[in-house]
Amino acid sequence: MSSTMNETSARMPEVDAAVADRARISIRNLDFFYGSNRALKSIFLDLPEGKVTGMIGPSGCGKSTLLRVLNRMYDLYPGQRATGEVLLDGENVIAPGIDLNQLRSRIGMVFQKPTPFPMSIYENISFGVKLHERLSKSAMDERVEWSLTRAALWDEVKDRLNTSAGGLSGGQQQRLCIARTIAVRPEVILLDEPTSALDPISTLKIEELIDELKRDFTIVIVTHNMQQAARIADQVAFFYLGEMVEVGAAAQMFTAPSERRTQEYITGRFG
Amino acid sequence: MPEHIVKSYEQELKRLSALITGMGGMVEAQVAAACEAILHKDGEAANRAIESDPKVDAMEREVEQDVIRLLALRQPMAQDLRHIVAGLKITGDMERIGDYAANVAKRSIVLTQFNLPFALSGLSHMARLVQENLKLIVDAFGESDTDKALLVWRSDEAIDEIYNALFRELITYMMEDPRYITPCTHLLFIAKNLERIGDHATNIAETIYYAVRGIPLTDARPKGDVSAYAVVRPADDQ
Repeated sequence: MSSTMNETSARMPEVDAAVADRARISIRNLDFFYGSNRALKSIFLDLPEGKVTGMIGPSGCGKSTLLRVLNRMYDLYPGQRATGEVLLDGENVIAPGIDLNQLRSRIGMVFQKPTPFPMSIYENISFGVKLHERLSKSAMDERVEWSLTRAALWDEVKDRLNTSAGGLSGGQQQRLCIARTIAVRPEVILLDEPTSALDPISTLKIEELIDELKRDFTIVIVTHNMQQAARIADQVAFFYLGEMVEVGAAAQMFTAPSERRTQEYITGRFG
Repeated sequence: MPEHIVKSYEQELKRLSALITGMGGMVEAQVAAACEAILHKDGEAANRAIESDPKVDAMEREVEQDVIRLLALRQPMAQDLRHIVAGLKITGDMERIGDYAANVAKRSIVLTQFNLPFALSGLSHMARLVQENLKLIVDAFGESDTDKALLVWRSDEAIDEIYNALFRELITYMMEDPRYITPCTHLLFIAKNLERIGDHATNIAETIYYAVRGIPLTDARPKGDVSAYAVVRPADDQ
């Protein structure tokens, strides 16, 4: 826990109690490099279990980079490397020798733009499940229904499961992507600006969904929309130029942040 | 603090501050007129204080409209949010101060009908302290000065103590001669109104402190008003 966080705790213990639960992921002294460019600098951050952590900061501050480190997305690109520790249940996921397929089934990710596979709605869900589990037809049917129900999409698509996912609206496609992510029953869900391409009502549906999902999953969301972070996050971390400037309970961060840079950013004075 | 990227937002925040400071100045003048009316039997000053009241009320409504508009359209955060919400609370306190000042002024008109055989030195002292605190708190808001706010917050105890003394003094006059019951009752209300004005100034001090620093002023405020428990007995009973 950073010193800033400690100050915040001292100030509003009742709010911080809400985020002081067990850390599902503990990030310890994390550095990340794009070639020689150090994009993340000594990050220490706990992601509490069953809570939503919002990451905010201006473009290029490192928040999306951090999200990509958490499930080793950077492994796909040569010249990118991370040092330090990202502990998922005590295991360092950025250490060599980690089974990436297994890791990504434990830490799912949803992107900015909906990315449904060019398949039916049903197959979009079952595709990922088949990679990790061998289920009977009826068990798979159940899993598809469970995922779509949890993603608040079942009622809208139950009569057209075998039609193409491409025919869904943008908001429905994004909820399908969330359903696809939770279908493999991950522990952590990473959301990279999941509503930036959606209309306001679809955005609210996703926000409501995130609020529902946090009962069962640990959620990390990167968003440029500060009001959104205020609405849905339990704790918020502010990043600037690769550093984590401050982390604290959302209510504290948006009413009385400790750091001047946080204050100036969230009030629209720089960034 | 640097200015907002959105200039119109910056201007709206400045306009809100100017409105509240302006309202503070108006209330200050209203209280000064009310005190002038009571201490110097100045009917014209009393009318000034009474006539200011609707203007103060109108300013409160204007601030309220501005605050609602800012909250809806700008979705303020952090210090801006605290500042805007503080504006709403402070103008609420100022509006009450204006009401008390108008009430003091109205009672001062009634009091001109009476010849009082005692001096109003206690009330004069109290009025001076209340006006000093009011001026200080309006400055504290304009300058975002928490030291000044703390000064007001701490000095209200002195006002309470004078009020307690006045309370006993006026009841004693009433016991001595029932003909003084009417003027002394008005004077009691006047003293209570001034004491309440002092309390609202301390409310404003607490609001400014939180708006500027982001942490509430949680210490127990020193309070000296014990008149609620006071019993003054005739000399025979003591």
